Amino acid sequence: MKPLTYERPATLDEAVSLLGRGEVPTSLLAGGTNLVDLLKLDVESPQLLVDVNHLGLDRIDDTPNGGLMIGATVRNSDLAADPRVRERYPLLARALLSAASGQIRNMATTAGNLMQRTRCVYFMDATKPCNKREPGSGCPAVEGASRELGLLGTSDSCIATHPGDMAVALVALDAVVHFVAADGAGTIPIGDFHRLPGDDPSLDTTLPAGAIITAVEVPPLAFASTSTYRKARDRRSYAFALASVAAAIDVDGDTVRDIRIALGGVSPRPWRAHAAEELLRGAPATADSFRAAAEAELAAATPTGENALKVDLVVRLVTGVLLELTGSER
Amino acid sequence: MTPPVTTQRVDLEVNGVQHACDLDPRTTLLDALREHLDLTGSKKGCDHGQCGACTVLVDGRRTNSCLLLAVAAEGSTVTTIEGLGGPDLPHPVQEAFLEHDAYQCGYCTPGQICSAVGMLDEAAQGWPSVVTDDLTDAGELGTDEIRERMSGNICRCGAYVNIVTAIAAVDA
Ligand SMILES: Cc1cc2nc3c(=O)[nH]c(=O)nc-3n(C[C@H](O)[C@H](O)[C@H](O)COP(=O)(O)OP(=O)(O)OC[C@H]3O[C@@H](n4cnc5c(N)ncnc54)[C@H](O)[C@@H]3O)c2cc1C
Ligand code: FES
Ligand code: FES
Repeated sequence: MKPLTYERPATLDEAVSLLGRGEVPTSLLAGGTNLVDLLKLDVESPQLLVDVNHLGLDRIDDTPNGGLMIGATVRNSDLAADPRVRERYPLLARALLSAASGQIRNMATTAGNLMQRTRCVYFMDATKPCNKREPGSGCPAVEGASRELGLLGTSDSCIATHPGDMAVALVALDAVVHFVAADGAGTIPIGDFHRLPGDDPSLDTTLPAGAIITAVEVPPLAFASTSTYRKARDRRSYAFALASVAAAIDVDGDTVRDIRIALGGVSPRPWRAHAAEELLRGAPATADSFRAAAEAELAAATPTGENALKVDLVVRLVTGVLLELTGSER
Repeated sequence: MTPPVTTQRVDLEVNGVQHACDLDPRTTLLDALREHLDLTGSKKGCDHGQCGACTVLVDGRRTNSCLLLAVAAEGSTVTTIEGLGGPDLPHPVQEAFLEHDAYQCGYCTPGQICSAVGMLDEAAQGWPSVVTDDLTDAGELGTDEIRERMSGNICRCGAYVNIVTAIAAVDA
């Protein structure tokens, strides 16, 4: 770990000005569960840490339209335990609870979770080339250890995934990220928040430089009461997703009235399955149509030799989850 | 050129005692406990949040002390295995681990016990887990719930069966 200094601002203004000063490479420190890990690995080496844990961003408030405004430093465990989240957004509660461990969820924050870096082994090993960590150095993953990596929205320069669970549920819910920067406040729809790599994988998100996330807004979605999150992984608990699905469904008789599907572990961006959703609106709520929609979504997949298993895995996860939600199977 | 290493004063409250430490800001809480405060009960397994051996309670909540910078813990109340209890007055979870032989080498044990104390408190507050069927009603802690909720603590010796039994006995 490279030497650094630590500042603990007491107000958002102070934090923004510390971050905006730009004299030395600066990182925001929230729970530290990703950043401190990457500092130890010399994957990130800021010279100044600005602690965002004391800015009063730890509240979960009801919004006037029946949604929730989730503060940036609300801990993942507190968010999952919030009765409003458990009742109105089971997919979000289950995504949070399926992530990491009890200890890490107690530390991890809403904003830190969105901003967590990929778990690609080449990215996390500072002795290896990686276009994300060191632009232009190459991507050994495409031909190398790629079983965990992406197959949707990837490029020749990077096949890393966003590894998180929470953001997958937030993408299904059309959440909105709120931030402040030196030149004012702004918002980004969550679907536009994580970038696809193209030929520049160095930036994970569209968050402007110098911005601090203040909250994530989750709009109301009545049929989210019929929603869940399912995660396939190499051990039953305390492991990142090989693939995951967040889904909510509204069924009228035997017909799908409305549906939300997002996929995790398959792309640099929590992947909203727009194609599958479109096919399913108005379609019969049957295993056949669920499977056909999932297959259509995966038609654009560009798997590597090692992660080709994810194509089938995602189709089965989506089909299984939708059958579970429509009561056809448990 | 790398800037010179400087230390700063960090006030830590550990097991009810205030300590004024002089620390490099890179120091994790785990290293501060072990190397500066001589509290070697908390163990370093992986140093990357992957094993749980370093689990302590921060403001009563279980936390991986290897991923928490000591400077960031200033102002919080830290409880380590030494603070939970000792041979004269063991904590009920410590007693249960003894009673049910919930270890072999013992390396993971302080982390297991601190984690179990935090976990039982979470359960008492009605927090669900991912294996809870009804998210709005967490209900009783069965074996499946204990296993899931304790998955952040790895035991290299595989003493899991007795660890689960010990925790279930405290919860009963
Ligand atoms: C062993 C292990 C297993 C894990 N398993 C899972 C898993 O299964 N699923 C999963 O989803 N996650 C998993 N995680 C990742 C974990 O969820 C993330 O590390 C955590 O959510 C990051 O949040 P944090 O508050 O600790 O962020 P930090 O580590 O403090 O910060 C992460 C990044 O966010 C930036 N940041 C923080 N706050 C703000 C802000 N307000 N505005 C802008 N930028 C900000 C930081 O500068 C940094 O770049 C695991 C982690 C570990 C160590
Ligand atoms: S030493 Fe902290 S989790 Fe392993
Ligand atoms: S008792 Fe040896 S690691 Fe758990």
